Amino acid sequence: MTTEYQAVIAEFEPIIGLETHIELGTNSKMFCSCSAQFGGDPNTHVCPVCLGLPGSMPVVNRVAVESTIRMGLALNCSIAQWCRFARKNYFYPDMPKNYQISQYDEPLCSDGYLDVTVPTENGPQVFRVEIERVHMEEDTGKLLHAGGAGRIHGATHSLVDYNRAGIPLIEVVTKPILGTGELAPEIAKAYVSELRDLMRALGVSDVRMEEGSLRCDVNVSLNRQGEGWGTRTETKNVNSLRSVERAVRTEMVRQAEQLRLGERIILETRHFNEETGDTTSGRSKEEAEDYRYFPEPDLVPVAPSESWIEQLRGTLPEIPSVRRARLQNDWGISEFDMQSLVNAGALELIIASIDAGVQPSAARKWWTGELTRVANERDCELEELTVTPADIAQIEGLISEGVLTDKMARSVFEGLLDGEGNVTEVIDSRGLVVVKDEDLLVEAINQALSESPDIAEKIKSGKVAAAGAIVGAVMKSTKGQADAAKVRTLLLEQLGVKE
Amino acid sequence: MSDLTRQSAATLASAIARKEVSSEEVTRAHLDRIAQVDERVHAFLHVDPESSIARAREVDQQLAKGELSSPLAGVPIALKDLLATKGVPTTCGSRILEGWRPPYNATIVDKLSAAGVVSLGKTNMDEFAMGSSTEHSGYGPTHNPWDLERIPGGSGGGSAAAVASFESPMAIGTDTGGSIRQPAALTGTVGVKPTYGGVSRYGIVALASSLDQAGPCARDVMDTALLHAVIGGHDPRDSTSINKPVPDVVAAALNADVRGMKIGVIKQLKGEGFQAGVLERFNQSIEILTELGAEVIEVSCPHFEYALGAYYLILPSEASSNLARFDGMRFGIREDDGKDRSVEEVMSATREKGFGAEVKRRIMLGTYALSSGYYDAYYGQAQRIRTLITRDFAAAFSHVDVLVSPTAPTTAFKIGEKLDDPLAMYLNDIATIPVNLAGNCAMSLPIGRAPEDGLPVGLQIIAPPMADHLLYQVGSALETALADRWGGLLISEAPTL
Amino acid sequence: MTQGGIDAEQVKHLGKLARLELSPEEVADYTLQLEQILGAITLISAVAADHIPPTSHPIPMENVYREDIAVRGLEINDFASGAPSFEDDRFRVPRILGEPG
Ligand SMILES: [Mg+2]
Ligand SMILES: [Zn+2]
Repeated sequence: MTTEYQAVIAEFEPIIGLETHIELGTNSKMFCSCSAQFGGDPNTHVCPVCLGLPGSMPVVNRVAVESTIRMGLALNCSIAQWCRFARKNYFYPDMPKNYQISQYDEPLCSDGYLDVTVPTENGPQVFRVEIERVHMEEDTGKLLHAGGAGRIHGATHSLVDYNRAGIPLIEVVTKPILGTGELAPEIAKAYVSELRDLMRALGVSDVRMEEGSLRCDVNVSLNRQGEGWGTRTETKNVNSLRSVERAVRTEMVRQAEQLRLGERIILETRHFNEETGDTTSGRSKEEAEDYRYFPEPDLVPVAPSESWIEQLRGTLPEIPSVRRARLQNDWGISEFDMQSLVNAGALELIIASIDAGVQPSAARKWWTGELTRVANERDCELEELTVTPADIAQIEGLISEGVLTDKMARSVFEGLLDGEGNVTEVIDSRGLVVVKDEDLLVEAINQALSESPDIAEKIKSGKVAAAGAIVGAVMKSTKGQADAAKVRTLLLEQLGVKE
Repeated sequence: MSDLTRQSAATLASAIARKEVSSEEVTRAHLDRIAQVDERVHAFLHVDPESSIARAREVDQQLAKGELSSPLAGVPIALKDLLATKGVPTTCGSRILEGWRPPYNATIVDKLSAAGVVSLGKTNMDEFAMGSSTEHSGYGPTHNPWDLERIPGGSGGGSAAAVASFESPMAIGTDTGGSIRQPAALTGTVGVKPTYGGVSRYGIVALASSLDQAGPCARDVMDTALLHAVIGGHDPRDSTSINKPVPDVVAAALNADVRGMKIGVIKQLKGEGFQAGVLERFNQSIEILTELGAEVIEVSCPHFEYALGAYYLILPSEASSNLARFDGMRFGIREDDGKDRSVEEVMSATREKGFGAEVKRRIMLGTYALSSGYYDAYYGQAQRIRTLITRDFAAAFSHVDVLVSPTAPTTAFKIGEKLDDPLAMYLNDIATIPVNLAGNCAMSLPIGRAPEDGLPVGLQIIAPPMADHLLYQVGSALETALADRWGGLLISEAPTL
Repeated sequence: MTQGGIDAEQVKHLGKLARLELSPEEVADYTLQLEQILGAITLISAVAADHIPPTSHPIPMENVYREDIAVRGLEINDFASGAPSFEDDRFRVPRILGEPG
């Protein structure tokens, strides 16, 4: 932790708040029957409704409502007995109707909480994040800016693809999170991570962050101890776990600098720059739109019955925190180890690897070791790496068959991460094959022995520890493609020495 | 059969079914009539004779093969131009949609097509259905067939005039505050606003979503019943459409009997502001209903005086949002001078140019009423008035089966007369608006001509939600009694043009 | 400014919100007309008390849903020709200055 950040914490108290939008993994869109699949050729998942053509009308997707209720239940929220959709009116070319169907003062779920665990010097600490509301809305289309290096500024025009318009979103809004102290960035990240895991566990979304299916607006304010709340800023569209953490930290440092200079914090939206980690000023809230919300007259109220809610409650899976405790026990690891693999974003990947047939210890080893190192080096999330749990299963299988050594496995990972193809292709192109031919190995052993007759004598005289030097020489002469244990056995056999 | 254009839809349908005449012949006769008179009436915005005739031939073939058994098969119809029609221009009477051909059909259009009804074209209307005279069309006004210098009512003046001028035996209109009923009254035709949710709104370009309802226009009660039965019913694409069977309106139209029924006259809708001749005809009709065996009593709906105010907050609010999508980005015209203007500027220029004055006025009013700080005082209060009006209706219907009033306070006025006075124009719908606010169903039918100007007068019958059949039962009884007196329908007195 | 009153500045702001490039004459006209219309309808705020529930929908209904089944919608050819500008299978729009709401 930088001393700069420590200085901020010494002087100021942060208050954070998070608004998270997550695309639901339904088959069809929120208000029409178009496919909600990610991607697709531009404007091929569209119809009169999601293009906002005159006369078209929305109809609510039942599963989207159920997913929101289940999410609300998992977040310990109360579910509204009766609520409505509302229109949020503003003009923007990615929004076909020039209003978004959302919920306003009558959210489907409200007043819940989510417990998140963050590592501290004194061990993992559980922090309760209170949830203000969970509501449903629709996504907008996707803009492609032409001219001006693909950015909105300097673009000569833009092109719109409405495939994403109308994809169901749930928006989860926290209450102001107080009392985080220096842990604010970690708590923000742990909260979003926990939210993501919960969505996945519920099966309501697979939360592909790299596809932008989770977007976070980060609110931050600072106040000096004992003073009232400071003015907040809202940093928009922060799209990865790491960025959430960075955005909170950056904004705290920036605001502290301003406040120290005696300057006022402006109520405004800010943009997060993924490359630099900086935030830049957007629109001030004084010139903010007047959304002219009113109840959506094309839709009827959502009024979930007690029995419907109970039936949905019955479908809730084991929640992630309970599941983690169970796995920690199964794997026989410490709470600290469990927490660090969760923080590394490795848990789901480890579980998926185990499901694919990898031993738990091996799965943990690869994801928290080699791969976490690479992810840190590359400044990205583990799941963004081009290595999948299936790859690990394949590599582990080859190791146990004796086709690959541990060292070769690392080389395979290197190849995978550098985009050299799939496991088989990397093995082929890098020529990674264990020398299995015993005659060849024996030949190499004899060659090594003849080059170091003194060592050969030492071994023969019972100093088995000296064998390492010969094994090393053989591994070198075979370019690492031999199984060291096998070489050792053959060497001792050759010299007629028993361990 | 003598002049095919003077027949009712029911008559034409049975003649077509009996193969006495083909749908093609009937369709041609109406297209000829349109060619002959529409230059003066201007009921239509779009007519495509070739495709109408092609469709009529198809229907004739289907009928020959016995593939169609609908009570309106082969009969032509005119469609208000805010119904989305696939591949056929749909302008909503607005320049902003000039040349736009929707890629899909409104549910009503699909239903009509499945029933073998043949479209003649799209009818003129006040732009986006905002108006009571059809003068607010972006394509010029429609003229009342009874007097071409006068307005035919609005917003569905084109549909009403097409029917009144014998260009089409029937038409589809939409009614947000009286846009089917008031033109029916002013043109001596019959128009019905079904119960809210009784007919699908899918594909009908929305004016005010919580008020809009499509319905039938024709020259007699039976024809509107037949059409109502074809277009009514639940639509899974419209969440607000009622998932119950449509009341048997055709049987009700056959049951022209009001004996023992209780009919309420709304005290607030028969005094000040109503033209003398309108009230005279209305009172005569009340006498006739009494003679027919109904018990007529006066009822009070004290909150109706606030209906107009509530309506002129709710409608513009919803409309300001519904019309936001007309921005020149995905469909319709775009006003771009090519001088590197921003999207915001191009949207604003497009809307400024594409919308007419009345539309802009209402968008401004609605934007204001929904603004933060004003929502509660305006939209919120208007919705409370809505509750009070609904309660007035409920109280009245606890005493009576149906309610009656004049449909419009005056007969047709001169083109241009009220164009510069929005408030005077809004008063045209004083009697029809409460029905939309409460979601009831209502019918307007002709009850004679005002002595002072010889122009048609309409009577409005109002029934509770989902009691649409009562409109037809009462309407049919009164229509029969009046036809007996006059020796035929009032519309037969209309100028031949 | 009293409730129901409206001035030219407000009309200009509303024009911006509603994306209408109003001419000075229109600003003047609408200021006058909105003032009149609002004046005529403000009497309603005196009538309905807070205890009266608002009606947003004339026929009360609840819980109308669609099953989550994906169906192919329109083809590009269906709507591309109706768009003012279409390029690379996408809707082409003029340059965007501001941020979304
Ligand atoms: Mg939102
Ligand atoms: Zn769609």
